[in-house]
Amino acid sequence: MAALLRVDGVSKSFRGLLALNNVSFEVSEREIAALIGPNGAGKTTLFNVIAGVFRPDDGSVQLDGADITGRRPDEICHAGIGRTFQIVKPFAQMTVLENVTVAALHGAGTVAEATAAARGFLELLELDTRAAQHAANLTLPDRKRLEVARALATGPRLLLLDEVMAGLRPSETDRMVATLRRLRDDTGLTILLIEHVMRAVMALSEHITVLHHGEKISEGAPERIVRDPAVLECYLGDQDL
Amino acid sequence: MDFWTLANAVASGLLIGLVYGLSALGLSVIFGVIRIVNFAHGEIMVMGMFFALLMFRWLGLDPLLSVPLAAALMFGFGYVLQLVVVSRVSHLPEHMQFLLLAAIAIMIVSALLLVFGPDAQGVEVDYAWDSFAVGELIIDYPKMFAAIGAVIVASLLLAFFKYTATGKAIRACADNRMGAQVVGLNVSRLYALTFGIGAACLGAAGAIILLLFEVHPYLAPGYTLLAFVIVIIGGLGSLFGALVGGILIGVSEALAAVLFQPSMKTAFSFGLLILILLLRPQGLLGKAVR
Amino acid sequence: MTPVRRFFGPLSPAGLWLGGAFLLLLLLLPFWGGSYVMTVAITVFYLALIGQSWNLMLGFAGLLSIGHALFVGIGAYTAAYLFAAIGLPPVVGIVPAVGLAVLMGLLIGYLGFRFAIGGVYFALLTIAFAEFVRIVIDHVPWLGATEGFFLKVSEADRHGIDLANLRGAPEMYYYLIMALALGALVLCRFLLRSRLGYYWQAIRDDAEAAQALGVNILRYKMYAVAISSGMAGVAGVFYAFYQNSLFPEIVFNIERSIEATLGSIVGGVGTLFGPIFGTFILTPLGEIVTEAIDLLKHWDVIDPQIKLDGLKLLIWGFIVVLIVLFKPKGLWPWVCARLRLTRPGAEG
Repeated sequence: MAALLRVDGVSKSFRGLLALNNVSFEVSEREIAALIGPNGAGKTTLFNVIAGVFRPDDGSVQLDGADITGRRPDEICHAGIGRTFQIVKPFAQMTVLENVTVAALHGAGTVAEATAAARGFLELLELDTRAAQHAANLTLPDRKRLEVARALATGPRLLLLDEVMAGLRPSETDRMVATLRRLRDDTGLTILLIEHVMRAVMALSEHITVLHHGEKISEGAPERIVRDPAVLECYLGDQDL
Repeated sequence: MDFWTLANAVASGLLIGLVYGLSALGLSVIFGVIRIVNFAHGEIMVMGMFFALLMFRWLGLDPLLSVPLAAALMFGFGYVLQLVVVSRVSHLPEHMQFLLLAAIAIMIVSALLLVFGPDAQGVEVDYAWDSFAVGELIIDYPKMFAAIGAVIVASLLLAFFKYTATGKAIRACADNRMGAQVVGLNVSRLYALTFGIGAACLGAAGAIILLLFEVHPYLAPGYTLLAFVIVIIGGLGSLFGALVGGILIGVSEALAAVLFQPSMKTAFSFGLLILILLLRPQGLLGKAVR
Repeated sequence: MTPVRRFFGPLSPAGLWLGGAFLLLLLLLPFWGGSYVMTVAITVFYLALIGQSWNLMLGFAGLLSIGHALFVGIGAYTAAYLFAAIGLPPVVGIVPAVGLAVLMGLLIGYLGFRFAIGGVYFALLTIAFAEFVRIVIDHVPWLGATEGFFLKVSEADRHGIDLANLRGAPEMYYYLIMALALGALVLCRFLLRSRLGYYWQAIRDDAEAAQALGVNILRYKMYAVAISSGMAGVAGVFYAFYQNSLFPEIVFNIERSIEATLGSIVGGVGTLFGPIFGTFILTPLGEIVTEAIDLLKHWDVIDPQIKLDGLKLLIWGFIVVLIVLFKPKGLWPWVCARLRLTRPGAEG
């Protein structure tokens, strides 16, 4: 399988604090991959580097062979990466449908087309009954779903999901997992997710990368990762805190 | 244009600039702590001017002697304004806060207009036309006394923030409101105090500046704009920066007046402001945000 | 849905009837109102036009301008100068007038966004530019400097209709500014439902999220600034040929800029009808206060000798304070809900 996303030797520091240290990994086309690690491991920073919010101090990011390092977030969206935010960012004064329409306009010729496409994504994420509500009035799980719907509506090849299962009930998590897997199977979408809900990580991901203190400490198939002493140690150490 | 003409302009600009700086301190204190841009800034200052005018007329009090009274009165005004009105809009978007203070400013100007009429009025103290010379440098007494007054008030303010417990608490509030609440500081009282202190600076600056200029209600918006310019140049929220910005503007205005035309002087201030906003939006002495 | 129905989509039948009746009343105003009512109505529509321009910038795209008088003034001076100097009729002069206003907007916008000046700082940048231009015009002799710039009007000009030269009877000015204000409403409505409108609102609500969804923030903010300053420029052209005299002290006064914001804030920032609704409340309110004071004087309740220059603005400022404190989302959404002027769940 060809690598769709290649992160190569990325480092990033803030005011002298090293948040990412020489991190490299790949995500293959049509793969569902996960990025895990204790709090403060640098997962969201890595997402922000990939999505163009931060320019890395060192290293490069490539999408399907094309260098996208340091491009603006909107350019990276155009290049084919859709993302969600860990701290959800709905357009509060717009309706749920309008929120998704903004994203769908990216690939649509007219507002009407975008609205039609947006309705499809709302249905997919089970938000269709909320379409006319203002996003400010949504519950947290619904806001998480809205994040996913919006990111999907930009028509990405690679979807970056930042803790979208947090706050969902187990049954809701299972439905989200099923939806994401169906999307991958139907449309060939590649997904990279940051997740704390291990139930979802184990059920979904085919490949896991583990970050700790800004460094990659392990990667591989889920069965291998759960038995890796380095990984267990970092999580246990984390619990001791 | 000889050297002494320029030197005289610089000296006079420096002295007036210190009074401008005191006024800008009032804006900076309020923004630095409460994060509200006081659009009624000049209006409060003009209230201080009118108060000093009345004291002069009724009691024959030198405006400089009115400074503590004007400061106390405006402190009360600011305290109540923050506690009763401004605190209610802290959760609203910026433009609503702006509108509220702009409306209050309009009310103040209108009230002053009702009471005092639109004509310019001033005081004439005994030493109004006295001056002394250092070489060919001629320094007016009123300007010098005004500058000394401004420096004293500003020093008191800086000392208050540096050494008193209340001053430190206010600074803590400015740095981290949530944290201040957590450690048990009464934030809404401290905010009211802060607005009061800012307004007191304006009352003092108003009384002082009455020595130099005549007062009329429509003076207010001009002072508001001037303080904006100064504070942005010095750095919003930086107290020392406000003083430096005041001097800078005072001097540049005075120089523009001798080198070009007196009426062009404000264009220079705004030109300087635009430059600063572009090159160093946090101001000369301000800390970079983000 | 018919096009009309679609345009007024959010309005309920009651709202449509009430709005229709009001519009008819306004259309027939020259036949029932005297010259005084018409003067007030012209002011209302004029401010509604500027207010919509300002609302587009803040309410749609999240950019607070407190120097909107700048764009109005540039439009006014350009058209007036070209007319007086080379006889260019305003119907043509409006193109360079609006063009210059847009250029000014783009300059401020570019500087502001390029250097990431946001929030209060952007607002202060707009004020600074307005003041700067005012002082410059104060010193330009061929624009009349502080003495003012005047357009010649003859008695014959005050009759008939000459739209190309903007000369004619008061009724012409009334219908013209009404058409402009309503045209702005149609334009805003159209923009709001277009790609631009969606992107603007997204940027206003959360710029970072909008950018992640592929929106080029700088470009769409610049569109907002350009359209807004252009609309203000149009208002300026009207102002020049309606007033026939321009004074920098009056045209660029910060009070003009504040005036531009009030109707929208009172009506409701970011709503479509808010700016118009707000102006229809505020301007007549000011007039009513003046009239009431005169009446009280007439009845000797107030000593007629007392000068009450400031009283009108004092009361008026007080009302604005009350609105900010108690109806911060503006009166239009509230009135809509109360009178059921809009369909449930929809906003003006």
